[in-house]
Amino acid sequence: MSLHLIRLLLAVVLSLQALAAQADYRLNIPVGPTETSRAIYDFHMYAIWVCVAIGIVVFGVMFYSIIHFRKSKHPVPAGFHENTVLEIVWTVIPVLILVGLAVPATKALIRIEDTSGAEMTIKVTAYQWKWHYEYPEEGIQFFSSLDEASDRARQLGSDLAPEKVANYLLEVDHPLVVPINKRIRFLITSADVIHAWWVPAFGWKKDAIPGYVNAGWVTIEKPGIYRGQCTELCGRDHAYMPIVVKAVTEEEYKSWVAQWKQRQETLEE
Amino acid sequence: MVSASGSYYLPHKAKWPIIGSLGLFTFMIGFSMKVLGFGGGGFLLILGLLIVLGMMVGWFGEVIHESVARLYNEQVDRSFRWGMIWFIASEVMFFAGFFGALFYIRMYAVPWLGGEGTTGVGQFTHLLWPDYAPEWPTNGPAHVGGKFEPMEAWGIPALNTLILLSSGATVTWAHWGLLQNNRDQFIKGLIFTIALGVTFVLLQAYEYYHAYTEMGLTLGAGVYGSTFFMLTGFHGMHVTIGAIFLTVVLLRAMRGHFDPEHHFAFEGAAWYWHFVDVVWLGLFIFVYWL
Amino acid sequence: MATVAEHGEHHESSPPKGWLRWVTTTNHKDIGTLYLTFALIMFFVGGAMALVIRAELYKPGLQLVDPHFFNQMVTLHALIMVFGAVMPAFAGFANWMIPPMIGAPDMALPRLNNWSFWLLPFAALLLSSTLFMDGGAVAAGWTLYPPLVLQTGNALPFTIFSVHLLGLSSILASINIIVTIFNLRAPGMTMMKMPMFCWTWLITAFLLIMVMPVLAGAVTMLLTDKYFQTSFFNPAGGGDPVLFQHLFWFFGHPEVYIIILPAFGIISHVIPTFARKPLFGKNSMVYATAVIGFLSFIVWSHHQYTVGMPVPAELYFMYSTMLIAVPTGVKVFNWLATMWKGSLTFETPMLNALGFLILFVIGGFTGIMMSQVPADLYYHDNYFIVAHFHYTLVGGGVFAIFAGIYYWLPKWTGIMYDERLGKLHFWLSFLGFNVLFFPQHFLGLAGMPRRIPDYALQFTEFNQISTVGAFIFGFAQLLLVYVVYQAIRGVGERVNSEVWEGAKSHGLEWNLPSPMPYHHSFEGIDIQKAIACE
Ligand SMILES: [Cu+2]
Ligand SMILES: [Cu+2]
Repeated sequence: MSLHLIRLLLAVVLSLQALAAQADYRLNIPVGPTETSRAIYDFHMYAIWVCVAIGIVVFGVMFYSIIHFRKSKHPVPAGFHENTVLEIVWTVIPVLILVGLAVPATKALIRIEDTSGAEMTIKVTAYQWKWHYEYPEEGIQFFSSLDEASDRARQLGSDLAPEKVANYLLEVDHPLVVPINKRIRFLITSADVIHAWWVPAFGWKKDAIPGYVNAGWVTIEKPGIYRGQCTELCGRDHAYMPIVVKAVTEEEYKSWVAQWKQRQETLEE
Repeated sequence: MVSASGSYYLPHKAKWPIIGSLGLFTFMIGFSMKVLGFGGGGFLLILGLLIVLGMMVGWFGEVIHESVARLYNEQVDRSFRWGMIWFIASEVMFFAGFFGALFYIRMYAVPWLGGEGTTGVGQFTHLLWPDYAPEWPTNGPAHVGGKFEPMEAWGIPALNTLILLSSGATVTWAHWGLLQNNRDQFIKGLIFTIALGVTFVLLQAYEYYHAYTEMGLTLGAGVYGSTFFMLTGFHGMHVTIGAIFLTVVLLRAMRGHFDPEHHFAFEGAAWYWHFVDVVWLGLFIFVYWL
Repeated sequence: MATVAEHGEHHESSPPKGWLRWVTTTNHKDIGTLYLTFALIMFFVGGAMALVIRAELYKPGLQLVDPHFFNQMVTLHALIMVFGAVMPAFAGFANWMIPPMIGAPDMALPRLNNWSFWLLPFAALLLSSTLFMDGGAVAAGWTLYPPLVLQTGNALPFTIFSVHLLGLSSILASINIIVTIFNLRAPGMTMMKMPMFCWTWLITAFLLIMVMPVLAGAVTMLLTDKYFQTSFFNPAGGGDPVLFQHLFWFFGHPEVYIIILPAFGIISHVIPTFARKPLFGKNSMVYATAVIGFLSFIVWSHHQYTVGMPVPAELYFMYSTMLIAVPTGVKVFNWLATMWKGSLTFETPMLNALGFLILFVIGGFTGIMMSQVPADLYYHDNYFIVAHFHYTLVGGGVFAIFAGIYYWLPKWTGIMYDERLGKLHFWLSFLGFNVLFFPQHFLGLAGMPRRIPDYALQFTEFNQISTVGAFIFGFAQLLLVYVVYQAIRGVGERVNSEVWEGAKSHGLEWNLPSPMPYHHSFEGIDIQKAIACE
């Protein structure tokens, strides 16, 4: 049994380390293109290693006892049943470890929750079951819903296999397009029930609560397509309201804005 | 602890619990059907209530019978006392939940809706409700339920406070009477207490009538109406239950039950009464006054 | 000096015949059996729902059920497992074991005891009938968050009333347990001498009395918001949907301790017995339990780090949550110290206790990780949390229940269960459990949200492994039923009063004959001597 567990632990540690090599699936938090994402990743890894260290001690003692104090090897049990010094020690040491966790956690949290100094704002409104994005400064707004192929493949008894759909359940008709290297503030709310807006690569998620406005921010450093999903149970099609964020350079962003404006105008006419 | 020679009475063959469950079950199905608009809901609701009532009469009747037959020793009496205390504790927590809701709404939800906050949702929520100025009482940024007048503390509510406080005194006076085996004072104290309780409930009913017909203050009047009626309503229900409890005790007292040593039922009722008293003080301060 | 119990009608020592015995019983052993049987049935009902969930998640795309039905399964699985299986199982243990452990003739309020059980089947009936109603059962998750839950069809009022019944049952049972422990201990059984299982249940009972009424109030507000025009959770009227979350978690966090504290109690009996050593640091165990109970009231919003609380509130809930690790650590260290230099054997109860210890500690680690707000902004509502709470509630709670069943079954039936099958049941469960839930950590870290019937392709492999584990774990439970059934039928070796080697020094209950007599457990037993022996 001890081997079983050690192997299990090893597997965890190794697999976490080896994740970079994995193509299809991930085992660990992604290191995203934002400062917050890196802060969350670093903190997460730190917390894991603290737990692994404690785990080695706890499980070590446990398996040592299981192996060496089994009746066949250790027929006469000792009679002790208290030791004040020991008990104080194992109360104080965990407190110190917790302080060691709390300090970096506090620092990271305060940085993550600082929503000031935004260079642009995007208003996100959740609907059952799609997202609405609004760029107040640009006068652009649109809905973003699950793409057609995914929508076809996801039906009960569909003739289209999900495996045949690129980015199954993680593709939308109109992605959110944002510029890189700009501090973007997301104002998140909902038009019906509670949803949550989450792009794993950015780290944080925030609930979209009807009647209230939540906030989060990113500064994306690398162009790319970042995908996420609604993360608060919001009814029947909770699994089918993905988020796709397309981060582009400032110039590309500008031309996209111009295009959308034109499109909106022609639609209005 | 256990008296060395005492014997702890253990009842057998309890038929009332299952009847109680059936009653509650019927009541709940009836209530659900009623709010869903199905026919027959009201009938089941009342039937269920009657079964529960019958269960209480039967169950308590059995216990009273055993008590009068002196089957209960001191230890059993102590079990009842502890039981009552923890039952009241759970009732306190029930009200604590509603008070908690009131405090949360007044201290956080309403200010956040009005943009009073430096971090979290308090920071940006006013973007949704640009015209809303947070204040209490309120029926929210959309003025749910329309115009209403809040309840004034220094009219009937203040009078009711006096009434309940004095009923707390009369029930204690009754207790003193019982302890000194002064039956007359005991019974008179109970009668005064019940009378004050009934007056309280009647005044409360008048207040509700007034609120609904003249003040526009209803259960649907935003969070103010919700918290006002749910808190005072559940309290009023508890006063009614307490008054019934005391009435049963009074009837028993008039039949000669209870003596200075054995009177758990009376004390249980008195504790319950003090509990509704204290809840009222909280209501008066936080719902009516501040 | 034993307490002599006096009975209302007759002095029979054998139970009455017929089904009415079970409906009208006031006997703590009968009621314990009822609770445990009910829990077992619900365990299979809730388990079947879990298998529906896992079967649907075997592959991307929808194969078996509609998403709305999937959400109903998710919701009912949790409600049934928490309120129908785990809590009643512990209440069953409490009924069977607290009176013999403290030298009491029965529970203090036997009629009430009957009622606390007989509310449960009606609650279960109300809840499960909603599956067949217009709009289906509640599909908003067991947390019942508004506004989503207010979109429920006809099931809503029935579900709310079912919660009321469950709450009432728990409150009445708790009152009974507290009163029994305060008032019915045999002379000489002081509070500090009282066994850990009684202590943990005492604190659990306090928690239940404090939080169940708040849940009842919260769901009542749902009812009035939906049908009586109140605005508690409606921002337009000045309310806040998040208010419900605060009320719910004020109940919900203590609830997890309500499940885990009695488990701690059972483990604190099993480990000393099979280590042949007294429990290490009994007093600090008691204090740690009390501290955990207290802390459980002031940490609830760690379930709501993403709702947009003010930062100081987030910090407060983070710090207070982390503190729980300290008394919990004390417990784990004390169990390890109990094993240290003991003389260990590994019968099925001990295997399950060790399984508990391993799984609970892993669940504790992920708990510490999730108490950290910055990291939880990532973990929240993804499969990491699903893995975490199954490690604590199944790995912790359910494995402790297994340990308790095997530990006390011979005492209840007088028959030693089939040790070989018991061990097989443990190993299959332990293996199945880890195959089922360990991969879910990875799914969560890779970004798979919880409560979805369908997922993106990169989550396929681990979901398949998880589903295989689920079926192993699920079907392994049939063995448990068989083993218990055989012991109840009387197939197997008879056991003496001590059952386990040296158990007499571990508690009063091991001085009683096996099976314990139906009435008068302590007739002819010198309680004082037995207490002094410990
Ligand atoms: Cu959603
Ligand atoms: Cu919690």
